[in-house]
Amino acid sequence: MDERQLRGHTAIVGVAESDLGEVGPGVTALDLAEQAAGRALDDAGLSIADVDGLFTHSAFFPMPSVVLGERLGVRPRHSDSTATGGSSFLAHVRHAAAAIETGMCEVALIVYGSNQRSASGGLVSSGQNAIPSYEVPFGPRLPVSAYALAAARHMHEFGTSREQLAEVAVAARRWAQLNPVAFEQGDLTIDDVLGARTVSSPLTVRDCCLVTDGGGAVVITTSERARDLPRPPVFYLGGAEAHSHMSISQMPDLTRTAAAESGARAFDLAGLSPADVDVVQLYDAFTINVLLFLEDLGFCAKGEGGDFVSNGGIAPGGHLPVNTNGGGLSYCHPGMYGIFTLIEATRQIRGQAGDRQVPDSHVALAHGNGGMLSSQVTVLLGDASVL
Amino acid sequence: MTRDLPGVAHDAPAHVSGPHEAYLALLAEGVLGFQACGSCACVVFPPRGRCSGCGADALMWRASAGRGAVYSTTALSPRDKPPYAIVLIDLDEGYRMMSRIEGVDAEATRIDDRVSVRFTPAGEDVLPLFVPDRGDR
Ligand SMILES: [Zn+2]
Repeated sequence: MDERQLRGHTAIVGVAESDLGEVGPGVTALDLAEQAAGRALDDAGLSIADVDGLFTHSAFFPMPSVVLGERLGVRPRHSDSTATGGSSFLAHVRHAAAAIETGMCEVALIVYGSNQRSASGGLVSSGQNAIPSYEVPFGPRLPVSAYALAAARHMHEFGTSREQLAEVAVAARRWAQLNPVAFEQGDLTIDDVLGARTVSSPLTVRDCCLVTDGGGAVVITTSERARDLPRPPVFYLGGAEAHSHMSISQMPDLTRTAAAESGARAFDLAGLSPADVDVVQLYDAFTINVLLFLEDLGFCAKGEGGDFVSNGGIAPGGHLPVNTNGGGLSYCHPGMYGIFTLIEATRQIRGQAGDRQVPDSHVALAHGNGGMLSSQVTVLLGDASVL
Repeated sequence: MTRDLPGVAHDAPAHVSGPHEAYLALLAEGVLGFQACGSCACVVFPPRGRCSGCGADALMWRASAGRGAVYSTTALSPRDKPPYAIVLIDLDEGYRMMSRIEGVDAEATRIDDRVSVRFTPAGEDVLPLFVPDRGDR
């Protein structure tokens, strides 16, 4: 067996978001997951009876695939609650592609739901530690301080400027202004980002993702079956996972993430290079993420992320369309954003992205991040023209 | 080989079970402990049961001199207490840990600053906080 054989054998056939933003106190995380799952199956022209593979992760309920199976009425042949934070759902795509290829299931449903904004007003992270921490006793504000430490180091090593980090937030906002369901729609300037309250220096509140509610779901099946379904298939071309540490103090080099490994492997499996990618969806929990991932995935050299995003480089009209939905910074961030990179990548390839549609989108890269720059998962998707 | 390991050999504290408890017991004695592997000479932190470099059951406790350089720093300004700096420190013995800088303005701490440990009581435990080495950047 060679993992390359997975290329083009499965396809995303349905995607959907649940209600987003602030859903109110009466709606649970499970309600939002259910809503997204139903809408994604509707989008795929399939029903719950077709689903025999169930993939999910939740910070709100334990044994998440089992809980979700009961709620949806799915009795899956294949069940996967892989928990690598916000990157989980991209890992689920790779696991689903392999499971479908080997006959372990035929229709895979990947689901996420969170009501963190309405439930607590703060970021809810999975797996609160029952093991000793060598960081918490000193009083970092996690996760933001972890990303702030990475940003400070990147600025020190490469001369990256505060303004360049702010460019990432401004670009996200300009894309969000083209997305009717984006949470933040108001104008945002570099000065606004710099002048906002500092949360953990050098990062201000405008360098940080939103805290919203929201869910999402993705349906994947064989390419053969996909061709008989209503939507144009969005083919799985390759995917790879890597993680290097959990705690930020154990990250070997704060300016180099495991995305360098996941990206290189995913491109190799897909037989593609960064130059082949038309549209990019990166997990932008914080502005520094985007610089690190653009560098580590090979869109620019190490240390040049700041220059790459300058002067609207990744904004509408820039040289590379990145986070075309507005990202976790301006569109939605319910805690584990990864599934939304897949939804937007799929819509761009289908040509369904409305005012923010990138012309001639044949290949999309979706990249998920989990923990403290810990887990990195890259997935490459494309239309029939690249098979 | 043991002689070539960084830090100073230190007996494992008596009457403790797990590696974290041992670390806390050493802190209570005023020792900043880390582990080194008698098999591959790896330096290991945080404490664990087996070497994460080679897998050998050969970790030995060592005492750090408690000196190092700031690898990265971030300042926090909570509403209810004075600003403080959270740092990652590269200890001279070859491992990295998170800590907090005392005795200087939060924003004054810089990457590459030299720092030294100050053991500070915190509830029932002792926390290894750090202070800047003056004029030794
Ligand atoms: Zn060893």
